[in-house]
Amino acid sequence: MKNRAAYFGVFTALALIFSYVETLIPIQFGIPGVKLGLANLIIVIMLYKGTVREAFLLSIVRILLSGFLFGNLFSIVYSLAGGVCSLLVMYILKKRGTFSVIGVSIAGGVFHNIGQLSIAMAVVETVAIGYYLPALLAAGALTGALIGVVSDAVLKRTAKMNLGQ
Amino acid sequence: MKKNDWILLGIVFAAAACFLGIWLLKPESEKKQVEVTVDRKFYGTYRLDKDQTIDIGGMNVLVIENGQVKMKEADCPDLLCVHHKAISKDGESIICLPNKIVVTIHGEEENTVDGMTN
Repeated sequence: MKNRAAYFGVFTALALIFSYVETLIPIQFGIPGVKLGLANLIIVIMLYKGTVREAFLLSIVRILLSGFLFGNLFSIVYSLAGGVCSLLVMYILKKRGTFSVIGVSIAGGVFHNIGQLSIAMAVVETVAIGYYLPALLAAGALTGALIGVVSDAVLKRTAKMNLGQ
Repeated sequence: MKKNDWILLGIVFAAAACFLGIWLLKPESEKKQVEVTVDRKFYGTYRLDKDQTIDIGGMNVLVIENGQVKMKEADCPDLLCVHHKAISKDGESIICLPNKIVVTIHGEEENTVDGMTN
């Protein structure tokens, strides 16, 4: 069990590093919320390597830490909405087994954006924000696919690794 | 990549295209207005065809120029609204979440207060 705690620490550190690397990317897409979501790579891998509970814990710890370090209270609320929504959908799809890691990750990316958009709609109480929906759907699918392809490669290469039962 | 993954990717893009189509097919009205709300409350409407600079509650600065609206300044930390591209079409909006400011373009309604005072 103590190995597991150590692995969880390493995963948290990795996710935080990816969050930091993400803040270094200077490209603005002109649409709020469109970004790669590198840290989700670690979340997807945790979902497949560990348990759902660990993946949820990792996601929330990651969002809180990176939010306080690189963001603000607003970004934490939106990230939490997106993160929880995305992970929930990924878990359900993973359990059903209809999709490979890539498909699960695509759905995760799309629902991450849907979750954030829903919170934004509730906060400003306007449907005008739905104007972003097409761009956010496409962006979520593309970034999700990218993260999925990388996750797939990592999972294949670490097939023998287990997180210490 | 499994076949199902491609189907999922296709469905998402089809949905995105549908929503985009709905926005694009909406008829454009000629005289458009820029509506600003702060924290869900109405702040003001401004004509899109008149170049002007609007200070929104000392927090953000909105610029209307050549029929396009752009957020020029904001005191929020993320500046997403400032990086947002200029908007000009009916239904488009710029939203500043930290300051709860929503800037939307509408087709002109008749006899609004600002329509007369302008």
